[in-house]
Amino acid sequence: MEDLTSPKQEQENQEPGEAGRPWEEIAASSQDPESGLSEPLEPEQWPETGPQPRSSPAQSPQSRASTPLADLTGPETSSPLSPHQEASFTPTLALARQEHSEKTTNVSPKAGTPRSPLSSDKGESTGPPTCQSEGNAFQQSQQTKHHLYGPEDVSDNNSKQRELRFNIFQEEDSNSNCDVGHAGPGVSEAAPSLLEIAIQSAKAYLQKTSSKSGLNLYDHLSDMLTKVLDERPENAVDIIESISQDVKMAHFRKKLDTLQNENEMLPIYEIAEKQKALFLQGNLEGADQELEDEIADNSLPNVMESAFYFEQAGVGLGTDETYRIFLALKQLTDTHPIQRCRFWGKILGLEMNYFVAEVEFREGEDEEDLEDEDVTQERDDGDSEAEENDEDELPRTFYKTPQAIPKEESRTGANKYVYFVCNEPGGPWVKLPSVTPAQIVTARKIKKFFTGRLETPIVSYPPFPGNESNYLRAQIARISAGTHVSPLGFYQFGEEEGEEEEEVEGRRDSFEENPDFEGIPVIDLVESLSNWVHHVQHILSQGRCNWFNPIQKSEEEEEEEGEEKEEEKGEEPDYMEQEVGPPLLTPISEDLEIQNIPPWTARLSSNLIPQYAIAVLRSNLWPGAYAFSNGKKFENVYIGWGHKYSPDNYTPPALPPVYQEYPSGAEITEMDDPSVEEEQAFEASREAAALPVEEMEDTEEDEDEEDDDD
Amino acid sequence: MDAESLLLSLELASGSGQGLSPDRRASLLTSLTLVKRDYRYDRVLFWGRILGLVADYYIAQGLSEDQLAPRKTLYSFSWASSLKRRGGGRKPGNQDHGDVVGSLNCMEWSLLPPATEEMVVQTSVVKGRFMGDPSHEYEHTELQKTNEGDKVFEEEVVVQIKEETRLVSVIDQIDKAVAVIPRGALFKTPFGPIHVNRTFEGLSLSEAKKLSSYFHFREPVGLRNKTLLEKADLDPSLDFMDSLEHDIPKGSWSIQAERGNALVVLRSLLWPGLTFFHAPRTKNCGYIYVGTGEKNTDLPFML
Repeated sequence: MEDLTSPKQEQENQEPGEAGRPWEEIAASSQDPESGLSEPLEPEQWPETGPQPRSSPAQSPQSRASTPLADLTGPETSSPLSPHQEASFTPTLALARQEHSEKTTNVSPKAGTPRSPLSSDKGESTGPPTCQSEGNAFQQSQQTKHHLYGPEDVSDNNSKQRELRFNIFQEEDSNSNCDVGHAGPGVSEAAPSLLEIAIQSAKAYLQKTSSKSGLNLYDHLSDMLTKVLDERPENAVDIIESISQDVKMAHFRKKLDTLQNENEMLPIYEIAEKQKALFLQGNLEGADQELEDEIADNSLPNVMESAFYFEQAGVGLGTDETYRIFLALKQLTDTHPIQRCRFWGKILGLEMNYFVAEVEFREGEDEEDLEDEDVTQERDDGDSEAEENDEDELPRTFYKTPQAIPKEESRTGANKYVYFVCNEPGGPWVKLPSVTPAQIVTARKIKKFFTGRLETPIVSYPPFPGNESNYLRAQIARISAGTHVSPLGFYQFGEEEGEEEEEVEGRRDSFEENPDFEGIPVIDLVESLSNWVHHVQHILSQGRCNWFNPIQKSEEEEEEEGEEKEEEKGEEPDYMEQEVGPPLLTPISEDLEIQNIPPWTARLSSNLIPQYAIAVLRSNLWPGAYAFSNGKKFENVYIGWGHKYSPDNYTPPALPPVYQEYPSGAEITEMDDPSVEEEQAFEASREAAALPVEEMEDTEEDEDEEDDDD
Repeated sequence: MDAESLLLSLELASGSGQGLSPDRRASLLTSLTLVKRDYRYDRVLFWGRILGLVADYYIAQGLSEDQLAPRKTLYSFSWASSLKRRGGGRKPGNQDHGDVVGSLNCMEWSLLPPATEEMVVQTSVVKGRFMGDPSHEYEHTELQKTNEGDKVFEEEVVVQIKEETRLVSVIDQIDKAVAVIPRGALFKTPFGPIHVNRTFEGLSLSEAKKLSSYFHFREPVGLRNKTLLEKADLDPSLDFMDSLEHDIPKGSWSIQAERGNALVVLRSLLWPGLTFFHAPRTKNCGYIYVGTGEKNTDLPFML
């Protein structure tokens, strides 16, 4: 066998060393008989690698030729291999590093060879022109080889294995033209099996470049093995880790990545910077100012104290967050003319949350925004004028938009307080617009999550008049009206104001703190819900706290003021019955039940030490609303999504009734056309009328009229 | 949240406003340690609180070595003082212990029976709030068809459902739907059981803001339905659970970076009350449920 193969191979095996190179040993394995065949394609490279391989010209062909038989004749082939290796290695030491660049081309020619055993009958002359020059010799060898090994099973096996390997290398080889040409047919002929794909993907994975070091495992492993084979250490397996480390350390790479990671943490610094301002506030002000503040500006609530009590109740935002809110409120009261301030609560949103502060401006210092009212009035005026002018033309629409119910004045009803919100303590406080009845009415019909951005439009079925800031304000009004409670007796009706209001509007009550309030034992507060009263006005289904008669307004002149109407309304025949809600300071024991669920749950904060426990009230109607009282003090807070509880699912409101068509009556139906007989009769009667006057029949009269109309 | 780091976790989860009062905290710290010893759990989680009308249920869960094995759920609850005085209270569980009702607060724990499919179906008819009394029975009238000869009669049958059963099924539903764990906090050992990953160092900031880096803390359901292509990038030792990002409906989670990205908070919108928190780049993570135990079926309307 060797006799036959060696001369032929020697023709083209100018580069026996090639096979002996470490790379070949590793990747190509010793079973590759045709590895030598690849060499014809490499004359160009030859000069570089040429000199050394010559050292073992005789052995290498042997090894190559005999390796296919390795399976059959193992012991024999093993002997030629090892000397060959040793011979070839020494010269290639210097080349170890270059290996990579060469690999691409060196290995590539082998790609062509796998076909030979399988399909050498075709002659394989289909190779690209660049390879054609070597083609003759190449083909010869292939054919001879085929004859030699073809019949044998071994060669088939080998060829298959080589196919696999070839595919693996194919990626690398794509640089060289020849190779691509050869590769093409090779691939198509061998049906790609799952195994091949798996191997390919595994190799691709190995070649993934690490983002940190810029290396890939494939190169690293080959470098390591090169090093092992170069140095031939004893017990290589034991020191493989340190070899790996050495190889890695041998790579010195400049750090090219100039991007900095610091940007990632930016929001933390931003918020810290903002909140730093909160903490610095106190320091910036001089001692004089502090004194002034204490005297003049007593509006800041003691957030920490109430937070302490709420913590006893198991409600609260955590100590540090509460303190930040406290500071944020201080910032708010310092920058606005605020008489009274409260931490209302927190409303959770999808992207951001709202911290809500409830404030009351000092007398006369709150800004009014009358724009909305002006707009509505203008609209009304426009409508009425238009109606008056165009009486003779085609009928215009009868439909008038339902009377817009004006919003309540600031400082009254649902607009008694002004609300500021911010997304995080330290952020800017934004004043919410005052609420309109329409917004409250619509807000009752919809259920939407807050997003955390005030400008978000609210898309809902009854179209919501406004954006999220209005919806937020409406929900705040509803929650306040429902859940702000105080122990009985803490507030009393103000005498003077109360009288006035009874005269003026009847329903509006104001209250003041009862100086003689002596406190209620905590146990009583828990035992009986009638010891808690609402101190925020109930919102009528109209959307206002104080009744406004919409029917009258539509008939009266628009400039008329609410007070006068209120007095006159009794005279109107069609006045709507005044809606009445529970009056101010009504005990919560009279609240409506939600389908057998009591609206409030009261309990003691601690059963272990009842003497120092506080009463905790939880609203079941507005989950998240809590109130505490230790007998003398009380506070309300809301922390939640801002939605009302209902045991049933939310149901969108029913569609408005379809407007009925005009009933078919005398004005719609017409008579039949006059018949010939009738017209003739009419003619006759007219002639008769032309004559001396006669009596006329009823029917003719009708026809007469009709004709006149025509 | 882990019972051992309860205080830190509570502080982190406090953004939703639901916490524990100091006496509850202290008693939980004490009693959960004892629970861990007595029941021989590997880990004890404080699961949360279900708000009842007269009393709250405090729920804890015991985990065995295998983190995804069926969990044992315990509950404890506090009687409202009003009820206590009326003397209407029955002690939870069968443990015969003194008669100081107050000591039941988060100290005596009773084991809940495992939830079954049947229970879930049975209790799905109950609406409204929990009462806070495990022996409370909801009455539900059903129309049942009975065949007598050729005629079909409709009878009204009153089904009585114990609140304890409902509690079991609700906890089970919540656990299956919204229990969350960050990717990498658990890993699958080669032998199958799932362990706590000791090398977990928290998610990076960019990962922490994505829903895809959080998993359902339960046996995977949707993983098998994935295509090969989707599975290709998964790390079998880490990605063995369903990720949150494919939850239905889309948008059933609110993900927020609070305190300037120092804390990521996930809130379930499907089960409002469940808060998951994770401080990026630290091991601190956990979830707690404080709510009424009712599913938010209005979610599509609210988004």
